[in-house]
Amino acid sequence: MSSGSSTDYLLAVEDLTVSFDGFKAVDSLTFYVDADELRVIIGPNGAGKTTVLDLISGKTAASEGSIKFNNQELLGKREHAIVRAGVGRKFQTPSIYEDLTVLENLEISFPWGRTVWGSLTFNRTPEISDKIHKVAEEIYLSDKLDEKAELLSHGQKQWLEIGMLLVQEPELMLLDEPVAGMSVKEREATAKLLKKVAKGRSIIIIEHDMEFVESIANRVTVLHMGKILAEGNMAEIKANETVKHVYLGD
Amino acid sequence: MKTKSSENNAITKAIGGKEGLVALVVLAVLLLVVLPLFLSVFRLNLTGKYLSYAFVAVGLVMCWGYGGILSLGQGLFFGLGGYSMAMFLKLEASDPESTKIQTTPGIPDFMDWNQVTELPTFWIPFKSLPATLALVVVLPIVFSYLLSVFYFRGRVGPVVFAILTQSMVACLWYVIVGNQGYFGGINGMTDLKTLAGWDIRTEEAQRTLYFVCVGLLLVSILVCRWILATRLGRVLVAQRDKEERVRFSGYNISSFRIFIFCVAAVISSIGGALFTLQVGFMSPNLIGVVPSIDMVIFAAVGGRLSLYGAVYGTLLVTLAKSLFSESYPNLWMFFYGSLFIVIVILLPKGLAGLYQDYLRPWGAKLIDFRKRRVPVQKETVTSQEGKA
Amino acid sequence: MGEYTFQEIYSIIVMQSFGGVSLACIYVLMGLGLFIVFGQMGVINMAHAEFLVIGSYTMCLVSKFIAENAPGLLNYYFIFAIALAFVIAFGVGYLVEWALISRLYSRPLDTLLATWGLSLVMQQCFRTFIGAREMSATLPSWLMGSWAITDTIEVPLNGILLLGLTIALTASLIIFLKKTRLGLRMRATTQNREMSGALGINTKRTDRLTFAIACGTSGIAGAFFTTIASTSPTAGTAYIVDAYLVLVVGGLGSLAGLFVASGFLALLSSILEFFMAGSIAKVWLYVIIFAVLTKFTKGLFSERIRS
Repeated sequence: MSSGSSTDYLLAVEDLTVSFDGFKAVDSLTFYVDADELRVIIGPNGAGKTTVLDLISGKTAASEGSIKFNNQELLGKREHAIVRAGVGRKFQTPSIYEDLTVLENLEISFPWGRTVWGSLTFNRTPEISDKIHKVAEEIYLSDKLDEKAELLSHGQKQWLEIGMLLVQEPELMLLDEPVAGMSVKEREATAKLLKKVAKGRSIIIIEHDMEFVESIANRVTVLHMGKILAEGNMAEIKANETVKHVYLGD
Repeated sequence: MKTKSSENNAITKAIGGKEGLVALVVLAVLLLVVLPLFLSVFRLNLTGKYLSYAFVAVGLVMCWGYGGILSLGQGLFFGLGGYSMAMFLKLEASDPESTKIQTTPGIPDFMDWNQVTELPTFWIPFKSLPATLALVVVLPIVFSYLLSVFYFRGRVGPVVFAILTQSMVACLWYVIVGNQGYFGGINGMTDLKTLAGWDIRTEEAQRTLYFVCVGLLLVSILVCRWILATRLGRVLVAQRDKEERVRFSGYNISSFRIFIFCVAAVISSIGGALFTLQVGFMSPNLIGVVPSIDMVIFAAVGGRLSLYGAVYGTLLVTLAKSLFSESYPNLWMFFYGSLFIVIVILLPKGLAGLYQDYLRPWGAKLIDFRKRRVPVQKETVTSQEGKA
Repeated sequence: MGEYTFQEIYSIIVMQSFGGVSLACIYVLMGLGLFIVFGQMGVINMAHAEFLVIGSYTMCLVSKFIAENAPGLLNYYFIFAIALAFVIAFGVGYLVEWALISRLYSRPLDTLLATWGLSLVMQQCFRTFIGAREMSATLPSWLMGSWAITDTIEVPLNGILLLGLTIALTASLIIFLKKTRLGLRMRATTQNREMSGALGINTKRTDRLTFAIACGTSGIAGAFFTTIASTSPTAGTAYIVDAYLVLVVGGLGSLAGLFVASGFLALLSSILEFFMAGSIAKVWLYVIIFAVLTKFTKGLFSERIRS
C-alpha cells in the first residue's frame, strides 16, 4: 500500500487493486475527486463500479493501493470508522428500516450517540427534531414523517435513504444507482435534490441513465474491466470513440 | 410533533407505558402476594429455584430476541454466579471447627478427599462476602467480554457463534469435572449451610430468599426494559435485522453485541447465585450443554421478545417437567422434545405471541393500549454462513 | 526410556499415531454429513448424531438377528447391514426434511432449536423401542484381531477397515457431488436457489434428497462406528458438540478443511491425552481450538468471495 503523499483533493484513489480468487475486479485504479464536485461513474455491467464504492466505504478490503480522504488513509479502516470520518454510502437496493417510521429512520441515522454509552443516554432534543424536519423537507417527505417506511413508494424509499445520509452531514456521499426504478418526475426531483445537496460536499454517483447523468454531472469517469477507460465532462465522454465501442460494441 | 419530556425519563422508559405497568403489576402481585399466600414454604422455595432459571431466560430475551445473538451456553454464566456463591458458602461451612476430622482442617471436604492440602489461591477472594458478590457480577462481564470480543470483531455469524457458545460451556463443564480437588468435580459442592452466619436452610430464610429472588428478578426486568427503550434498544433491533445498514450509519456493531451479551451474562450469573442460595448446592450437571439449551426453551416458550413472558415460560416449563417427568418419564421426553419443534414452527413468538395476537386486542377494548409491536427477527442466512 | 530400542519407540509412535488416525476418521465420518447439510445448505441439524446412531443400531440389530437365527452368515452380513443403514437413515432423513426442515430454511437459529428437540425425541424413541442399554454388534471373524505390519508394529484390523471405509466414502461423495447430475443439481440449488428454480430444477425435491443423502451418509458412518465402539440411545450427544466444532475450525463449505481440521484435532487430542487426564486434556483442546478460531475466525480454509 502506498504511503503518505499529501494531496489537496478530497478523495485520492491511487493504484487501487482488488482481486477475488485471481480475478481483478479493480485494477490499479487511480482517480481524484475535488471538494464540491459531483462525479458520476458509468460503465458496462461488471466494470467494477460497485466494487469501487465497496472499497471506499470499507465493505471490501483492497489488495493494493491507497484511498485517501481528507488526507486520511481509509484502507484498513472498518465501515463505521469510515462513516464517522465523513463518508456516507447509499446502496443499490434501498436499505432502510422498514418497520420504523420515516422519522425514526432519520433519527437513528443521527450522528450523535453512536457508541454504547451514547445510545443509552441519547435523548431526542428539540435541536435534533429540527434537523430531522429540515432534512425531511429536502427529501420531499415532510408530510410522511409518521408513516412506516415499508409503505413508501420505491422512489420515496430512495429519497429516505439519501435523507438518512444527509442527516449524518457527510463530506463525501457515495450513491449507487439513486434513480433506479424511479419515474421521470421522480428523476427530475432527485436531480434537483442532488444538485442542491452537492453544495458544500462531494458526491460520487453510479448510474446508467444517461439523461440523468447529463443533467447533473460535473465530471464523468468511465470504468471498464476494473480500469478507467476515460474521464472528462459529459460532452467529451459522448464524443469518445472507445467509450462508444465498449458500450455499443461496434 | 413535540418532544415529551416525560419520554426521556428513565423510570418511564423502564415501566413502558400503561401496558408495561399492568404487566409489571400482574407479575409482581402473582409472585409477591398470591404465591406466598397459597404455597407452603417448601413449594415456595421450589418456585424460587425455578425463578432463578428465569434470570437466564430474561437475559436470553435481551441478547437473542432483541439482539439476534443466540447463546447456547448461558449455563456458563449461570455457573459462574452459582459456583462463586457456592465457593463462599462452602468456605464458610468449612471452618476449622467443623472440619477438624479432616486431614487438613479448614478447607472444603472435597479438597481433603482429593489430597489437596492447602486452599488454592484463587479461592481466597471467596472468603469475603462483598468480594464474592462483586465477583458474581464481575466474572461474567470478564468472561463474556473476552469470549465475544474475538468473535464479534471477527464477524463470526450467529450460527457459528451459537455453536461456539456450546463448546464454551462444554469446556467449563470439563474444567469443573476434571478438577475434583478444586471444584468438587461431578458431585458438585454440597453441604452449604450459612451465609455470613445466617442459616439459609431454615424456613424463614427460604421465605426471605424467595422474596429477594423475586425482587432482583423484577429489578432486572425493569433495567432491561429501560435499555430497550433507549436508542441502544432501537439500534439493537435494527442491527439484528439490517446489520449492514446500521454499520453504514456509523455504528460499531460489535460493541453493541458485546454489550448486550455482557448484560445477559450478568443477569444469568445473578440467577445462578440465587439458585445456590435457595437450593443449597451447585453441580456441573446444572450448567452443562443440555441445561443451557433448556434455558433457551424457557425463553422460547414465553416468547423470545417478551421479558415478562420469559418468567412465565420458565415457570410453565419447569412446572410441567417436575409434574410429569417423575410419573411418566418416557412420555415426558417425547413431549419435551416435541415442545421445541412445536414452539419453533407454530409459535415462534411463544406465549407472548398468543397474548399479542389474541388476548391483547380483546383487552385493548377494555383498556386503551397504544404500544407498537416489535417484530420477530427476520433471520437471513448471510454470506458468512458457509455458502460455498 | 533407555530400555526401549529405537525400533521399539518407533513402533510405539506408529501405533499411537494409528489411534489418532482412527480418531480423525471418526471426525471425518461425522463431518461428511454435516458438511453437506451445514456447509452447503446452511442448516444446523442438532439431531445429526442421532442419524449416526440409527446406523449403529441398524448394524447391531442385524448382527443380533443373524447371530440368533443364521449364525452361519455371520461373516457375510456386514456389507448388507451397511447398505441397510444407509437406506433407513436416508428414509428417516427424507421424512424429517419434509416434516420439519423444509419449513425452517430461512431461520437457521430456529432450525437449531427444532432439531435439538428432534434429537431428544429420537433418543427417546431409541430408548422406548430398542432399549436403554448399550448394544454392540458381533463383528465378523475376519474383522477381529490385528495385522502385524512388521515384527513390532501391530495395528488393529478394524482400525484399518475404518480408514479404508472413510476414504472410500469420502471419495464416493466427491464423485457424486462433482460428477453426477443429482450432485450438480444439489450444488446449483445451494449456490443459487432462485436461479436454479428458474432453470427448472425442483429445488424442494433437491433439498429433500440432499438432506436425506447427508443423513444416509451419517447412517453408514454410524454403522462403521460399531466396529470400534458400542452404541446407546445417548451415544450421539458425546459427539455432536465436537463434530460441529471440527467443521467450524475447518471452514464451512470446505471439504479439505474438514480433513485438515479432523487430522489436526485428532492429533492434538491424542497428544494431549497422552500427557494428562481425559477431562483436562479436553479443556486444553477446547482452549487451543478457541485460540485458533480467534485468528482464523472463518476457519482454516475459508473462501474469499465478493459479498
